[in-house]
Formats: sequence, structure tokens, C-alpha cells
Amino acid sequence: MRTDLAARPAPAAPGRFGPVARRVALYTALIVLAAPFVIPTLWMITSSFKPLNEIFASPPSFFSDAPTTAAYAEAFSFQPFARQYFNSVYIALVVTAITLLVSALAGYAFARIRFPGRNLLFIVVLVGLLVPSEVTIVPLFQMFKQAGLVNTHWPLILVTALAAPCVLATFIMRQFFIALPVELEEAARLDGLGRFGIWWRICVPLAKPALSAVAILTFLASWNLYLEPTVYLTSPELFTLPQALTRFTDPYGGEMWNTQLAAATMTVVPVLVVFLIAQRHFVESLAHSGLKG
Amino acid sequence: MTDTRLEPREASDEAPRGRAPARRARFWTLRRTDAATGYLFIAPQLIGVLVFVVVPVGLAIWYSLNEWNIFTGELEYVGGGNYQAALDDPQLPSVLGATAVFSGGVVVLNLVLGLALAVMLNRRFKGAVLFRTLFFSPVVVSVVAWTLVWGFLLQDNGGINGVLEQLGVDGPNWLQSGPTAMIAVTFTQVVRSVGINMVLFLAALQGVPGELYEAARLDGASSRSVFFRITLPLISPTLLLTAIITIVGALQSFAQIAVLTEGGPGLSTTVLVYYVFQQAFSFNDIGYGSTLALMLLTFVMVLTVIQWQLRRKWVFYED
Repeated sequence: MRTDLAARPAPAAPGRFGPVARRVALYTALIVLAAPFVIPTLWMITSSFKPLNEIFASPPSFFSDAPTTAAYAEAFSFQPFARQYFNSVYIALVVTAITLLVSALAGYAFARIRFPGRNLLFIVVLVGLLVPSEVTIVPLFQMFKQAGLVNTHWPLILVTALAAPCVLATFIMRQFFIALPVELEEAARLDGLGRFGIWWRICVPLAKPALSAVAILTFLASWNLYLEPTVYLTSPELFTLPQALTRFTDPYGGEMWNTQLAAATMTVVPVLVVFLIAQRHFVESLAHSGLKG
Repeated sequence: MTDTRLEPREASDEAPRGRAPARRARFWTLRRTDAATGYLFIAPQLIGVLVFVVVPVGLAIWYSLNEWNIFTGELEYVGGGNYQAALDDPQLPSVLGATAVFSGGVVVLNLVLGLALAVMLNRRFKGAVLFRTLFFSPVVVSVVAWTLVWGFLLQDNGGINGVLEQLGVDGPNWLQSGPTAMIAVTFTQVVRSVGINMVLFLAALQGVPGELYEAARLDGASSRSVFFRITLPLISPTLLLTAIITIVGALQSFAQIAVLTEGGPGLSTTVLVYYVFQQAFSFNDIGYGSTLALMLLTFVMVLTVIQWQLRRKWVFYED
């Protein structure tokens, strides 16, 4: 036991294998595990450039012998895909903007301002996180039908920007503001700022890490919505991307695989590129946003 | 903590001043203004939750006591009729079974794999950040696109069976038989979402004080007992939180099922959330759909309460 300590390059923990073997084992395990995470996306991209007769070629090949962009052209001619793309982008941006504002206000108030019933109201708000959107969608559909807003983007924007994803955002903002030193605000008070001024000039600028976490989570939540557009929207020119992706079927109901894959590639790659560029930011903002225990 | 330290300059706008002793009047003024601001700040969020969550849940309860008459387009009160229908529904046991298998499978696989990845990637070595990025990347891929690609790979003549064929294995027609379809939806869901748990576990692991590991090593503890006696108890709050997030997420997996299997073959992958959708929107049975939706809500609530109760007994370390 004691001699182990004396030996300088001692392994981190007593094991049967040497450090080199352990390292090789670690890399092997990670590469094998990474396959199902990486290969589908790569396969999607390379297959989107294959002609239809190569899609199910046997043996499967990663790259096409005769790459073509025909599937990409088809995606735009088969559906109003550019329009659908625009729909998804603008809805996600509007939802994110509203959520940032609403959650920064509510999160700050729940963290810092004392008012009667604060804890009770916070619990009421948290209920919004607990109730699955699949539970509320039936009555919400009836409510929006009454209001004449079915087959418009209003339900997608309003519900996403104010219900579950926004409640998560409010929770994240509250956790952030609770941890913020109160002295900064006191100094601002002495300088004559009111609550709103303190919030806008002092707290919001300091909350950039939490706000970017909220922006990322909210944008993705809106971008990925599938149940809601499926329920509310019937006109193809109003569709959002996830919904549009499932509609590339020929008149006999068969899947137009290469067109679908081309459309999926166009949906996935921009977000993936942004993620790869800002991945550190993505991951760290998620980890440090009060979500951790 | 104490509001009296924060003295707003415009605090006296709406409260009478001067009559009562000055200190007292200012105290109330400050409180009122501040409280009013507080209500104003939370108003959009509170109203949003009331209108888009609380009212719909109330309506769902009301719908569950009614039957939708397709001919008159009106609701007819049937009392517990829909609840009786649920008890008599010959399909419901199968649906609940599928829900349990799917959610249970997703939670167990997700937590085990997420924790394993986090432990492996919590060391410093070349490529750690790259691997972390790769394992996280499916999280940012849209669910529908991700599921479509897996559906493509899982076709009978698709990529997965193509690779298996090269290895001399005759792969099954994954999506056309119950057990393999269930494996497919579970696996697809785990791979897409495990990155979130991995990141949360990584953050938790980095919060474990290094001295504890040093001390354990000096005491000659094996790496296994270090993991089970030190690491696991210390990250148990995160474990619990991720368990809640994962199970609630699994119970709400609609897109994965809708795109990959449409609940099939037969009812084998028809989980509760998909069944709710079918009843309410495919069969237009709003009353019964709402009844099932409330069942889903009850599951989520019960699970959350159980986990919060466990938290008291089971979590050793907090803040």
C-alpha cells in the first residue's frame, strides 16, 4: 500500500491495466458510443445528394457515385418550402424575444421584489412547467377556434411564448437573480434609480449568461414544435419546418426519401453550425443556468 | 432581505404622507410602490399561465365530464361516463403498458448512459471537448428531422440492415414488429436527449470537491467505492432533477412516435400521449381525449410528488 504512493506515475486509481491500455480503452469506448450520435446526421447529409435509386443501395455506401442536388430543387417545388422556412424562423425569433422580456421581468420580481402572495404566485406559475402541453392542447384548440385563430400562427406564438417554455425561462432567470449580489442594486438605488431602472440598467445587462441560456432553450423549443403546428395549421403555406418535413410523400403515400432528407438537411445544418461555433457557450449556459441541482 | 434598505426616490407617489409619523408613512409607501411594481413585472407571465395552462386544465376537466355530439356540435353532460369508458377500454391496458416500457426504458438508459458519458468525459484528455460536443449535438437537431433520419436508417432495406448484412447478420424489419419498434423508439429518444443529462452531470461532477477524492485515495479506497460512496451521493440532487426532467420528457414524446411508428405496429408503440392525440384529433372524441389527457397529467403530478418526497430521504447533499 505505502509503496504505491511512493511510485510517482501512479495511476489515478488502482486498476488492472496500464495507463496506455486504459487510454486506448477510453478512446475506443467513446468512438463506439459516438457512432449513433454522429452517423445519422452525416448519413442524412450525404444521402440527400444521392439520386433516388441509390438511396437504398446494397451494400450501403456513404457517398454517392453520382451526386446531385435534384432533391433540393424538388423540396422547394413540391411544397412552399422557402415560405415554411421563413415561418419557422420568424416564429422562433418572435417567441424568443417575448420570452426574454417576460421571463426577465417575472424572474427578477420573483427573486428580488417583495409583495404579498409572492411564493404562492410563484407556485402557480411553476404549475405551468408541470402540465404537459399535450394535456392542454385539446381545450386550447377549442379556445383558439372560438377566437377564430385556428390556422394562424397566433397559437404557436402565444402559447410557446407565455406557457411552458417561458415558465422554464422565468425559473432560470429567478435562480440567476437570486444569486446576484444585492449591493449592486443598493448602490443604484442611492444613485436615484427606480425599480424599473435598476432592472433594465443594472440587472438585465448582468444577466447575459442566463439570458443567452433562455434564448437558446426557447429558440430550440419553438423551432422543434411539432404537435402544435400539426393540430392548429392546415394550410401548407402556414406550415413550420418540422411539420413540412413529414409531408414529402408521393400521391401513393410513399416517402420521397431523398427530398425529405434534403429538406431535413436544410433544417438541421444551420442550427448545427451555429451550435458548433458557439458550442462552449451553448453547453455552459445550459449547465450554469440554475438547472443544476 | 430588508426592503427598507432600498429607498426609492419616487416612493411617495401614491401613498399619503406627512400625517402619520414620517418613518411609518415612508415604510408603507415603499412597500406599496414596490409591491405594485412586483405585480406589474410578473403580470405577463402570470396571465400567460392562467390563460394558457390553468384555464385549459379546468376546461379539460369539464370536457372529461361531457360527450361531444358530432351532429349538434355541442357538449352533453355524461358525468363519469368517460371515466367508465376508460375502465372498459380494451386498448387502454396495452397503451399504459407501452407507456411504462417506453418511459422506464428511456429514463434508465438515459441516466445510466448520461452518467457514464459524464464520468468518462470529466477527465482532461485530448478530444474531451470534441466528444462532449458530439454527444450533445443531437439535442440541437430538430426532433422530427432526427426521427425521420432514423426512420430512414431503420427501413428493412435501410442503412442499419445494410451494415448488418455486410457483417453477415440478417437484421429484422425494425419498425414492423412490436418489440423491435419499441426498441427503436426508445433508442432514438435516448440518443437524441442524453446530451442534456450528460452536461448536467458534468456540471455536478465538477462541483464535487477534489479534496474528497484525495482523501479517499489516501485511505486506499477503490475507484468503484469512490464512485458509489462519494460521487453518487454528492451528485444525487442532480440525479433526481434529471430523473424528473427525463421521465416527464418521455411521457410527452409525441413527435418521435408520430413520425417513426405512428403508434404501430398495432398498438405496440402507442403510448398515452399518442393515444390522447388519436382520440381527440383523429377520432374527434374530445371528452374521452380529455379524460386520457388528465390521466397523463395525473401521472406527471404523481411522479413529481414522489420524487420530491424521495428528495428528502435520499439526497445527502444540498447547496
